[in-house]
Amino acid sequence: MKRPARTHPLWLAYILHRLSGLILALFLPVHFYVLSQAITNPALLDGFLKFAEIPVVKVAEYGLVFLLAVHMFGGLRLMALEWLPWTAPQKTLAAGAVGAAFFLSTIFFLQAV
Amino acid sequence: MEVKAEFLNVTVSRGSGDGVYQEAFQVPAYDNQTVLDVVSWIQQNVDPTLTYRFACRVGMCGSCAMMVNGQPRWTCRTHVKKVSTNQKLKIEPLRNLPVIKDLVADMDPFFGKWVEAEGVHHPTRTRYEPIEQIDPQDAARTTANEGIECINCAVCYAACDTVTNNADYLGPAALQRAWTVYNDVKDADKSAILDAVSGKGGCHSCHSIGSCTHYCPNELNPMQAIAGLKRATSKSFFKKGR
Repeated sequence: MKRPARTHPLWLAYILHRLSGLILALFLPVHFYVLSQAITNPALLDGFLKFAEIPVVKVAEYGLVFLLAVHMFGGLRLMALEWLPWTAPQKTLAAGAVGAAFFLSTIFFLQAV
Repeated sequence: MEVKAEFLNVTVSRGSGDGVYQEAFQVPAYDNQTVLDVVSWIQQNVDPTLTYRFACRVGMCGSCAMMVNGQPRWTCRTHVKKVSTNQKLKIEPLRNLPVIKDLVADMDPFFGKWVEAEGVHHPTRTRYEPIEQIDPQDAARTTANEGIECINCAVCYAACDTVTNNADYLGPAALQRAWTVYNDVKDADKSAILDAVSGKGGCHSCHSIGSCTHYCPNELNPMQAIAGLKRATSKSFFKKGR
């Protein structure tokens, strides 16, 4: 069978956006279930929050934040791509500016907390 | 041309339907050799029944596109050295289209979708009226100019994963044609174009994967054209309230 033609950055951006969206969709019901325990069963929630302090779970949480960030920027990328009639270099510059601003503000934020 | 004492190991897809099989050939390697040269060498020296399609050999007619090592290429302008790894070539008919025989894909669905996308000229004047003067610097004309070098080779159509997964999808070439005609100052029926491209399988089916733009041999940007149609159809939707 013919190997699909896929080895380029735009396709990787597309598949990253899709997969992160799918995994987040699976995660959200679990997330809401845990939050709902604050009302229905506080003891269970406290137990879970203690469990969430374990380093391995922290690493997993990092994965979730990463997925969220990837999905958000993927969505912003898509909206810029489709809704802004700019030239490609203009979009590259704008994406670079947003990236630099995000990087600087995150460093500032990390130093502040 | 200098002949090297080297050979290319070429695998060619033969037959059609359930009878598709891969046949291996050894083809002499030259310093300067296109993929179409390789296919022609096989047809002229080994097997005259090998079926393939070509015409101009200079990248103008758009008839010789095939899958080369899994990627859609215009074979007459694709040098073997740029695409082969370890002197190996795998040549197949274009993806996403039915196969007639060997390397010849049936282009009917591809051209049918050009017509479905309303990429046809709707004249503003009759032949008895004077020709309309168009300013070449006009913004709409400049946008239209970006797409006019399309040679209908179907490389973008073969590259597109959305076409693979959605049989109704009009595809990058047809939609880019619609966008070009939409921006043509001399076109009189822009709403017909927007109607044709906003339905099922129209421009909104595009996921902006970008393979069309990545593989277009003429370096056109169908993804940008489809984005233009998405904006134009949305604007028209909100204006008309339907």
